[in-house]
Amino acid sequence: MELERWAQGMSGGSSPIRGTNRSPKAATETFLQRTAPAGDLFLLRREHGQLPGTHTHTHTHTHTDTLIHSFSVCPSPPSLLFLQWKSGPVRQLGWTVCDDLLCIQEDGTVLIYDLFGAFKRHFSMGNEVVQNQVLEAKVFHSPYGTGVAIVTGASRFTLATNIDDLKLRRLPEVPGLQGAPSCWAVLTQDRQTKVLLANGADLYILDNTSCTPVTPPGLSPQACSIVNMAVSFSYKYLALFTDSGHLWMGSANLKDKLSEVDTKVRTPPKQMVWCRRPKSQQPSVVIMWDRLLLVAGECTDTIQYTLDEESVCVAELDGVRIVGGSRHELLQEVPSACQDIFKIASMAPGALLLEAHKEYEKSSQKADEYLREIKEQSVLGEAVRQCVEAAGYEHEPETQKTLLRAASFGKCFLSNYPPEPFVSMCRDLKVLNSVREYTVGIPLTHTQYKQMTVQVLIDRLVYRKLYPLAIEICRYLKTPEYQGVSRVLKHWACCKVQQKEEPDESIAHAVSVKLGEAAGISYSEIAARAYECGRTELAIKLLEFEPRSGEQVPLLLKMKRSQLALSKAIESGDTDLVYTVVTYLKNEMNRGDFFMTLRNQPVALSLYRQFCKHQEQDTLKDLFNQDDDHQELGNFYVKASYKEKKLEARLSLLQSAVDEYNKAKNEFAAKATEEEMKLLRFQRRLDEKGEALLGLSLQETLHALLTSNFHKQAEQLYRDFRVPDKRYWWLKLTALAEKDDWEEMEKFAKSKKSPIGYLPFVEVCVKQHNKYEAKKYVSKVTPEQKVKAHLAIGDLEGAAEAAIERRSEGEISTVLSRCSPTTDRALLERLNRARSTAAKK
Amino acid sequence: MAHSVRRDAPELPDFSLLKRLARDQLIYLLEQLPGRKDLFIEADLMSPLDRIANVTTLKQHDVDKLYKVEHKPIVSTSDQLCFLIRPRIKTVKWICDVVNADKAFGRFRRYKIIFSPQKFYACENLLEEQGIFGDVTTDEWSFYLLPLDDDIISLELPEFFRDYFLEGDQRWVRTAGSALHLLHSVYGPFSKVYGIGRCSKMAYESWREQVEEGEQRARQAEIGNVFLIDRDVDLVTPLCSQVVYEGLVDDIFRIKCGCVEFCPDVTSSDKSIKVMLNSQDKVFNEIRNEHFSQVFGFLSQKARNLQTAYDKRSGMDIKQMKTFVSEELKGLKQEHRLLSLHIGASESMMKKKTKQDFQELLKTEHSLLEGFEIRECISYIEEHINRQVSMVESMRLLCLLSLTENGLLPKDYRSLKAQFLQSYGIEHLLTFSNLKQLGLLVEQQPGETLTVMESRVGKLVNDKTAGKLTDAFSSLAKKSNFRALGRRLNLVPKSDEEYDLRVPRDMAYIFSGAYIPLSCKLIEQVLERDGWTGLEEVTRMLNGHEFAVTAGSNGSDARVKTDSQRIILVMFLGGCTFSEISALRFLGREKGLKFIVVTTAITNSARLLESMLDNHA
Repeated sequence: MELERWAQGMSGGSSPIRGTNRSPKAATETFLQRTAPAGDLFLLRREHGQLPGTHTHTHTHTHTDTLIHSFSVCPSPPSLLFLQWKSGPVRQLGWTVCDDLLCIQEDGTVLIYDLFGAFKRHFSMGNEVVQNQVLEAKVFHSPYGTGVAIVTGASRFTLATNIDDLKLRRLPEVPGLQGAPSCWAVLTQDRQTKVLLANGADLYILDNTSCTPVTPPGLSPQACSIVNMAVSFSYKYLALFTDSGHLWMGSANLKDKLSEVDTKVRTPPKQMVWCRRPKSQQPSVVIMWDRLLLVAGECTDTIQYTLDEESVCVAELDGVRIVGGSRHELLQEVPSACQDIFKIASMAPGALLLEAHKEYEKSSQKADEYLREIKEQSVLGEAVRQCVEAAGYEHEPETQKTLLRAASFGKCFLSNYPPEPFVSMCRDLKVLNSVREYTVGIPLTHTQYKQMTVQVLIDRLVYRKLYPLAIEICRYLKTPEYQGVSRVLKHWACCKVQQKEEPDESIAHAVSVKLGEAAGISYSEIAARAYECGRTELAIKLLEFEPRSGEQVPLLLKMKRSQLALSKAIESGDTDLVYTVVTYLKNEMNRGDFFMTLRNQPVALSLYRQFCKHQEQDTLKDLFNQDDDHQELGNFYVKASYKEKKLEARLSLLQSAVDEYNKAKNEFAAKATEEEMKLLRFQRRLDEKGEALLGLSLQETLHALLTSNFHKQAEQLYRDFRVPDKRYWWLKLTALAEKDDWEEMEKFAKSKKSPIGYLPFVEVCVKQHNKYEAKKYVSKVTPEQKVKAHLAIGDLEGAAEAAIERRSEGEISTVLSRCSPTTDRALLERLNRARSTAAKK
Repeated sequence: MAHSVRRDAPELPDFSLLKRLARDQLIYLLEQLPGRKDLFIEADLMSPLDRIANVTTLKQHDVDKLYKVEHKPIVSTSDQLCFLIRPRIKTVKWICDVVNADKAFGRFRRYKIIFSPQKFYACENLLEEQGIFGDVTTDEWSFYLLPLDDDIISLELPEFFRDYFLEGDQRWVRTAGSALHLLHSVYGPFSKVYGIGRCSKMAYESWREQVEEGEQRARQAEIGNVFLIDRDVDLVTPLCSQVVYEGLVDDIFRIKCGCVEFCPDVTSSDKSIKVMLNSQDKVFNEIRNEHFSQVFGFLSQKARNLQTAYDKRSGMDIKQMKTFVSEELKGLKQEHRLLSLHIGASESMMKKKTKQDFQELLKTEHSLLEGFEIRECISYIEEHINRQVSMVESMRLLCLLSLTENGLLPKDYRSLKAQFLQSYGIEHLLTFSNLKQLGLLVEQQPGETLTVMESRVGKLVNDKTAGKLTDAFSSLAKKSNFRALGRRLNLVPKSDEEYDLRVPRDMAYIFSGAYIPLSCKLIEQVLERDGWTGLEEVTRMLNGHEFAVTAGSNGSDARVKTDSQRIILVMFLGGCTFSEISALRFLGREKGLKFIVVTTAITNSARLLESMLDNHA
C-alpha cells in the first residue's frame, strides 16, 4: 500500500503544523467539519461553556449556552466567528459552498450565518419536524449547491437539495424503521438525490417516490448490522462497516464490489471516510476509532496509525484531512510523479534530472553524466514534465523551488518544449503558497485548487474579507478586470457600506475614490447593499456615481423614490425601463396621483397611452378626463362610435363627442359630428325603405340615392347639408351616366345653368362610351373648352374648327398631335397653315 | 447613360454579411427549440425573412409548417409552436389567446416567441398579466438591418413614423441606435456624424451609449461619415408625386421589400409575376434613376441593341453558333425577359400617367411648390375632393398645400375639411386631428396663439428632463417655413428656363426640374461645409436639433481622405422615398461620393398618409 502520512511540510514524516499551541484541548468539544472541497474551515462547538485554554474572554454563560467557534485550519487569524448560541438546541452544524454557516436546530429550523457570525436568514425543514424533532441531520454538497437532509423522530427523511432554491422533499416511509437508522448517507446519482440507509443488516435506497431494499454484492454473511457507511467525494464509491468488523467497498450503485477487508475491530468506528485521488490506482478507506487510524484498500492488508489525540477526518478530493487538537495533517496516496522522483534509488527520468541539477549546482561534471543518461533514453521531456508535476504536489516552497529549478535546467536542453505548463505551474504555486500562509490559512493542494478554480478561490478570500490579497492575486494572474479586480472591489465596497459608524459622506467618498477607474463596477449593486442595511441616503449618494441611468432605476423603485426613478428611466432613453416604472407606479399610486405624475412626463405619458389604446380603453378616457383634454376625449368618442353596432348607442357616443368638442372650442369638429348624427338619422329613415346606407359618407349616400332613383331624398339631403352646387352636379351627373339614364341627364342639363360647365357632361358620356349623347352637350361647352370637348368625342374636324376659330397656337398644336399624317392630310395642312398665322400674330 | 461617372468613386462595402449574420442567428434560435415545430410568422416579417432564409433552410432546421400570423385561432397539430413576431401588443395578445385556448382544452405544447428585432418589456408584461409567462420562452432575433440593394438598407419598421412622430412613442429610437451600432461595429469606426432632428439626436446618443458599453476593436473603416435625418425635417418631399422610374413603380405597383408584383396587364400574360428590383437587374439598374419621360426612349434603344445582338446569329458558322448559344444566349434571353417586363410596366404607367389629369396634377403640385396661382390650386383640390378621385390623393394635396403655404387660411381650412368629410366620411375627423398634430395640415395661426402655446410649453421647461422632452410636442406649434427655406436653399429653380431632363444639372431632375428635395439639399450643404456653420438660419427654421460630431478620436486618420471618407451613410428616421435615393445617387456621381441609405422603411406619399388614418385601430 503506497500510502504515506503527510503533514504540512513534506520533507519529513509528520511534523506538527505551525502555531498549533493555541488550539484547545478539551474532552467535551465536538468537532464539526466542513465537507466542501478544500476543507479549510472548521467548527468547534462547545457545550456547557468551557472556554478554550488560551482564549481569555469574559463571556459568562448560562448553563444551556453553546458556544460556536469557527477557525480556519491555521489558527491565525485565530477564529473568524465566535458565536454565543442563544437559540434552540442545535443538532448539526455545517458549511455551505459559499462559506456560510448552517445551524440545524432540533425543531427543524435552519439558521444561516455568514463567516463573521452575522445572521443572514433562516428557513424551516417543514411543519412536521416541529413536533417530531430532528434526530439526525446532514449537510451535503452536490452540483446543485448545498443541501440539507434530516431524519425526524417519526423516522421520516426530508431533503432540500439546494438551500438557495428551497424545495422540501419528504421521502417515503422506510418499512420497519424505528427511531434513527443505524447509519445513513446522502447520494447523488443520475441527477437525483437519494438517501442510503441501514437499519440493522437491511440496506435501503430512498428516492423521491420509493424505498427500495438493496443488497451489496458479496457482503460477508456474518454481519448482522451495518454500523457505518461512507460515500466517496465523487459519490462513486461506497464503503460499509459491519458489526462483524468487516469493511465492504464497492461502487455506490451497489453493482460492483471492490473488496472486502476484515479489520478485526468490532467496535463501531468514530468516523469512516474515503481516501482517493483522481485517477488513483489504490482507492482506500480511512477508518478512525478513538486513537486508531486504519487505512484499508483492495488487498487484505491494512495500515494502522496511532493517533496522539482526538481528531476528525475530512474527506477531500485527493485525500483525507486529519485535524486534531494540535495538528492538521493530510493523508493521501502519494502521486506517482513524487514517487518516481523521491523513491529511494529511483532511476525515473525526473529523479535523474533532479540529481543532474544538484550536481550542476555543485559545479560537478557528474551533472553531464546524468544528463547524458537521460538524453540517451530520450526522456528529457518526460523528466521535465515529472519535475513540474511533482512541484505541484509539494507543499514546502524549498522543495518546489528545487524541482522547478531542475525542470528549468532540463528545459535548456530541449528545443521545442512548450513553456506553458512550467509557467502556469510557477504561477499556481505562487498563488497557492500565498494562501497557505498561516495568516490566510487556506492550505489547498494543487489538485483542489485546479478543481475549485481561481474564481472560487477569489470568492473564498473575499468572504474572509482578505481584499488586498484577492486583488493582488487577480492582478498577478491578469484576470480580466470585471471578473477580477472589479469584482473584489465591489465586494469591498459592499462591505464598506455596512460600517455603521462611518458617516454617509465619507463612505461615499471612499468608495468613489477607490472604485473610480475600475472597469465594470456596478454602483447600483453597492447602493442596493447600502439600502439593505437601511442606509437609504447613502444608497442615493452611491447611485449618483452610477453612469448608466438604467441601472439606477430598479433600486430607486425599491427605495420608493419613484419620481426620481421615472426621471432617470426617461433619461436613459430606454423605453422598456420607462415602462417598468410606469407599471410599477400604476400599481403603487392611486389613480389621481399616477395620472398627475404622468402628466409631467410626456414620454411616459405617451407610452402609457399607447398601452391603454391596446389594453385599457377606459383608462385612456380617464386619462384624457384628468387632463381636461376635451379634444382627445371627443376623438375617443368618435372612435368608440365606429365599434358600436347599435345605432342608438352610436348616436349617444357621437353626442358625447359633440359635447367634448364644444368644450374644446372646436366648433368645426362639433358641427361635423352633429352633421354625422343628422346623416345617420336620415340614413336610418331610409334604411326602413330597404336601402343599406347606414355608415356611408354623405357623398356615398347621395350617390346611392341618385343611382336608385331617390331623387327627392337626394334633393333633400343636398339642401339640408348645404352640399356645394358643384359637388352636387358632379354627383348627379356621374350617377345618371352610370345607370345610363340619358333622358334624366338631358333634363338635368337643362334644369339650370351648370355650375361645373358642360365639358364634364361630355366627358362623362364618353366615359360611358356614349358618343351620341356626348355630342349633345358639345355645343353647350364654353369656347375655351370647345377643343377639348371635340377631341373627347373624337371629332377632329370639330376640334380643328374650334381651335382655328380661337386662333390659339397651343390648342392647334394639341389637335395636330392627334392627327395622323396618313388619314387626315387635308386637316393637317389646314391646321399647319392656321398655326403659322397664329404664330405670326 | 448621359451621366459622366467620376472614375474615383469608391467601392461600396459588402452588406451581404448582414444577411449572413441574421440568418445564422435565426438558425441558432430555431435550434434552441429542438425537435419538429410549426413556425408562425408575422405578416410583415414574411418578405424580409424571405430575403434572409428560404423555406428549405427553415425546413432543414426542423420547421414543419409555416403559417402567417392572422390573429385567428390556429389549426396546428404540432407539439411545439414557434412565433416569429414584431414586438407588438396585438400579436402578443393573440399568442396569449392561443396558449390559453390550449390550456382550456387541456393540451400541452411548448411555445417559443422570437421577437424581432428586440423584445419590449410591455410584451413580457402582457405575458405575465395573461398568466402564461412561465409557459413560453422568449428570445430576440436581432435582425435590425435588411440590405435591399447594394446601397439601400432598411429596418423594415413602417410603424416607426407613426409611433414616433405622431404618438410620441420613443420605443424604436433605441432600435435605430442598435442598428447604427451594428453597422458601426461591422463597417466602422465612423469618423464623423452629422444629424438633424430630435429623433436623430436620440438615436445618436443611444448608439454612443452602446459603443461605450461594448468593447472597441480597431479596424479598417469601410464607412466614413454618417448623416442622420428625421423625416419630419422634410415632409414636403415624400408628399410629391414621384416621376423617377423606381419611385413611380413604387407609387403605382408598390415595391415591397425590394420586390414588386406586376399585374397581368403588365406581363401581358394571364398571371402576375413577382420581380426583384435591384442592381442585379441590368435593365432596371440603368433606368431606375431616370426621369420617366426618358425611360421609354432608353428602353426602345435597348430593344434595338438586343435585336442586333440576336441578329449576330445570321452569318455564323456552326462553331460560332455553338459559343453564342452557350455563352451569350442565356444572358440575352434574360435581358429580353426583363426588358419586356419593364416595357410592359412603362406602358401601363404611361396609360395611367400621361392622361390629362396626371399632367394637371403635376402642374398643381409644381404651382404649390413654386407658390403661384394658389387660388387655382385650391379650386383644383376642391374639385378633386368633390369628384372623389382618391382619398389619399386628396389628402396629399391638402397637406402639400398646408406645408408649402405654412398653413391654410381659416376659411379655406374649414371649407376644404368640410368637403373632405362629406366626400370620404366623418371618420377622417380623427385623421385631421392626427395631421394637425403632426403639422401636416394646419390652420394659419394668428401670431398671438403661438405665444400662448409657447408659454405653456415654457412652464414645463423648468424641469431639466421635461424641458428636453416637451420639444417633442412643440410640433403642435411648428411652422413649416417652406417658402423661406426654399429661397434660402434655392430649392425651387427658376421656372422660366427650360429644364433638359436628359442631362440633369441638379437633383431637381427627380421632380421634373421643379424642386430640389430639401432633405438631399441639406445633406449636400452639410457635407460641403463639413458641418452646420453658415446654415444657422436654416436650422432655426427647421426647429434646430442639428449636430456634427467627430466620433473617432484618431485625428490623424480623419485628415487623410481615404476611400472610406467618401462613403456616406445617410439614415432616414421615419422612412425615405426612392426619389430621394435617386437624388442622392445623382449627388454621389457629381461629387465622387457613394451614399448608403439606411431607412426605417421605404415610404411614399400613400404609405405616409395611410399611416395617419385612424380607422384601422
